Order: sequence, then C-alpha cells, then structure tokens
Amino acid sequence: MVTTYFASLDPMSLVRALPGNIAQGVIWGIMALGVYITYRILDFADLTVDGSLATGGAVAVMLIRGGMDPALALAFAFLAGMAAGFVTGILHTVFGIPGILASILTQISLYSVNLGIMGKSNQAINVMQYDLVASLRYVTGEGRGYFFLKLLIWAVLLIAVIYWFFGTELGASIRATGCNQQMARAQGINTGFNKVLALMISNGLVGLSGGIYAQYQGAADVNMGRGAIVIGLAAVIISEVLFGKFCSGKKIAFALTLGAVFVGAIIYYIVIAFVLWLKMPSDYMKLFSAVVVACFLAIPYMKEKYLQKRRTM
Amino acid sequence: MGYLLEIQDIHKTFNPGTINEKVALDGVNLNLNPGDFVTVIGGNGAGKSTTLNAIAGVWSVDKGKIIIDGVDITKLSEHKRAIYLGRVFQDPMTGTAATMSIEENMAIAARRGERRGLGWGITRKERESYKEALRELDLGLEERLNSKVGLLSGGQRQAITLLMASLKKPKLLLLDEHTAALDPKTAAKVLAISDKIIQEHQLTAMMVTHNMKDAIAHGNRLIMMHEGKIIYDVSGEEKKKLHVSDLLAKFEEVSGGEFANDRMMLS
Repeated sequence: MVTTYFASLDPMSLVRALPGNIAQGVIWGIMALGVYITYRILDFADLTVDGSLATGGAVAVMLIRGGMDPALALAFAFLAGMAAGFVTGILHTVFGIPGILASILTQISLYSVNLGIMGKSNQAINVMQYDLVASLRYVTGEGRGYFFLKLLIWAVLLIAVIYWFFGTELGASIRATGCNQQMARAQGINTGFNKVLALMISNGLVGLSGGIYAQYQGAADVNMGRGAIVIGLAAVIISEVLFGKFCSGKKIAFALTLGAVFVGAIIYYIVIAFVLWLKMPSDYMKLFSAVVVACFLAIPYMKEKYLQKRRTM
Repeated sequence: MGYLLEIQDIHKTFNPGTINEKVALDGVNLNLNPGDFVTVIGGNGAGKSTTLNAIAGVWSVDKGKIIIDGVDITKLSEHKRAIYLGRVFQDPMTGTAATMSIEENMAIAARRGERRGLGWGITRKERESYKEALRELDLGLEERLNSKVGLLSGGQRQAITLLMASLKKPKLLLLDEHTAALDPKTAAKVLAISDKIIQEHQLTAMMVTHNMKDAIAHGNRLIMMHEGKIIYDVSGEEKKKLHVSDLLAKFEEVSGGEFANDRMMLS
C-alpha cells in the first residue's frame, strides 16, 4: 500500500510546478503587501481584500476586453481597489462601525458590485488575443526567464515605493496612527484620515494583484478572492516566523520585511503545491490554509505563555 | 496682556441617563496667565484629569468654553488643537509610539500642527539637534537614536515624551500625573526634567499630581478640585507658605474625612 503510494509520486512533477508556484507567489505577494499595511502597520484586520481582489480582476478583465492596454488596465484595477478601501475606511471612521465589521460589509457588497462589473460570474481573456502582462503561458513557454526578471523588477520597484512612502512625514504619521492613536492625536495627526488613506493604499495593492492574477489565469471570477485574506496573512506570518530575526535591527529592516512578505507568499504556494503533490484532495485546500495560518498565529502566543510560566516558577 | 488659558464654566457628564451616570465636571472656571505653572490636586474622581482631557479635546464638553491665547478651541477636534498643546500622560506607554525609534518619535512631535507631506520624515540636521536635546536629559539616550522606544524604561519614555512636548513650543503644557507610574527616584528625575523644560522654554503648564509635597514644591500656583469643581486656588507667596497639613485640613473640610483612605495622602 505505502510503497505503491510513494511509487505513484513523481518528484519531477513537483519540480515542473515550481516556476508556476513562484509566479503565483509573487503576484499574490503584492496582495500580501496590502495585507501587511493594514494588519501590521495600521493594526486593522481588513477583510475587504476578499472582495477588492476580485474587483481588481473584474475591472482589469472588462477593460481589456473593451480594448484597453492590459498594463494600463492595471492602473484602473488599483484605483478600483482604492475605492473599496475608501468605503471601508469611511464606514469605520465616519460612521463608527468596528473595523472588522466595516470591512465585511464592504466585502459582501463588493460581491454584487463585481457581478455588476462583469455581468456574470466570470469573464475570460485569452492570452492569444491580448498582450497580457502575465500569463500561465509565459511561465511554461519560451522567454520565461524574461518574464520572471520582469516580475522581480516590478516587485523590487513596488517595495522601494512602499519603503519610501512609509519613510515620509505622511507615512510616518500613518505608522504612528497604527501604533498608538492617542499619541498620534496628541501630536496633531488626523488619525481618521490616515486610516482611510492606509486602507486605500492597501486595497489598491490588492486590486492591482487581482488585476495581474486575472490576466495570469486568463479569467476574472467573482469568487477569485475568496479566502484571499487568509493567503495574505499566511504570507505575512510565514515571513515573520522565518525572517523576523534576520530583518530586525538592520538599517533597511522595513524593506527587507516587505521583501520577506513576497518570499512568504512564494513559500505558501510551494507548500500548497507540495501538499497537492502528496495527493491531498484539493477540496481540502482552504481548510489546510486556515489550519496553517491558525498554527502560525498560535505558535508565538503559546511560546510566550510557556516562557512566562517558566519564568514565574 | 490677556489670559493664556480661559476655561469658562465647563460641564461634562459621562454616560448621561444611565446607571453609570457620572458628573465629572460641574462648572469649572479657570484663567491662567502666560508663564503660570499650576499644580492640580484632588481626590480620586475630583475631575483633575478630566479637566486636562477637556482642554486636550479627548471628547467635547457639554457646556462652557475653552479659549487658548484668544482662540476659542471648544469645538476643535483633538488633533487640530494639538498645535497649542504639549501633553504627557500618566501611562508612559501613551505618549510615544513603541514600535518606532526615538528619532522617529521626535520627528513626529517636531511636526505637531504642521502639514505632513511627502518629504522625508526626518532630516540629517534635525537628527543632530535631537541628539543634542537627548544629551541634556543625561540618560544616555543620545547614542540610541535608532532604538525602538518600546525597549526603553518608563522613566526614559516619560523623559522623551516631555522632550517631544517641547520640540514644537506649545502654548500650554499638560502633565497628567506623569510621574505616578514611576518609582520614587525616577519620578524625582522626571519632575526635575519637567521643571527644567518649563523654565527653559518659559512654558505655561498644568500638572496634575497625587503628591501634595510635589504640588507645593513645584509651580507658582496650586488648585484643588473636588466633585468636578475648583474649590481652592492659591498662588504666589501664599502658596510658598503652604504645608501638606494645610492641604490635608482643606481636604477633610470639603470631603468630610473620607479622604483618609485616599491614595494621595502620603508622599
């Protein structure tokens, strides 16, 4: 039994899947950067992403189908994501709805909005027909080295821009808002405005990621964002557990942390691929993802509790 | 020359109409001259911190007016009136951002009331001036500009918060029991730094304290609060002659002896 099971596993198929995993990891890494901004910098559990990812995908696909340049369409995917973040931010800051609830309301309403944008539950774009910025085909086909180089350059550029922004006066005030609202307000910082702005930037990145991913898989789907927040959190937390020590204390610690988020997303997809390769039914993927995130969230807490107990003994 | 701070008949009731209703401020009137350093004492729930929070705009008052240097700030939001105020809180964690470095915290404070744009958050020039200011604290922090504030002790954090409150000269400095959470030695040091900063920058200040000796030793004026009102206001020579026993007697007089179990008794 066991031997036949192992004999049926083909190591080469795992290797063949690797480039796809990496590409997928980088694309979802952009979304994970957005999650990092809300979850870690703003200290806001923003569930809008499950909706805004699909919104970015839907907007990009519909614009491309309408004849827009696929790269330019991504700018609009970014803007659409920002609009989603704006709604969550206003629900929270102006109407006083608790953060998680505000983001769930936006997420749910985006489901309808996304259906409205696409007119049905999914819309395809064929890579043969359009000059897409990303596609599964680039990963397997010729010139894939060039495609990966392009992905890498864009990821580094994105990290540089985010690094710069959070080093500015405005960016620093957003970090202060996320860290200590009382202090921020005492220093004259408009915390409400900053929260809305950070949510917009975060969801803009998520929308951008959705726009690229829709092109990558050749379609936008109203369900493509389901569970996205879990993947984003997984990437952030994996990066912290594995690279937290390495990143801290360095002069460009923040840039390294952002880079680690990409690596975290790639690792997530490699682990998923590995589990699928072990012939785990794909129906259980979401359960598996949730368990992984729950474990990584629980480990630091349990460790601290254990150490505290030992200290007091 | 007009008053620096005018508080006109402010009222505040928390949780009105509920079982937890609490009249926190019941008609507070206070005028401060420029350069006044007022210590504020009173039992628990007397309205000391509430008065400071009303000035800072943590919530809006039910009635009354607050005017700073001729500007009516009663309706301004908390972050908008921050331009006039320097604040140090009881909890050392409150005044600084723990995950940010010492210099980042100071750079944020140096821009209090200014528009925050896309310029770099901290310049080389200001970094030097922060180093200089930290050196004067004499806590060895000048070599730790890049340390996260969260790694520092409560006393160090309060000292930095004080410094931050004065980087951009405030019209009024609000010290809300800022030494209460510190051990006696550190508290004395932070108080000394407070005095120094107030004198150097010639600030107008209000300091809430539970320590009657401190309240007498510092500042040029002392007010006592009870049940949301100012019940005693003394300044100048008369204040200098005060003894703790005088204040105790005053307290017993207004509170009918219940004061004995109050934590402010001993210093």
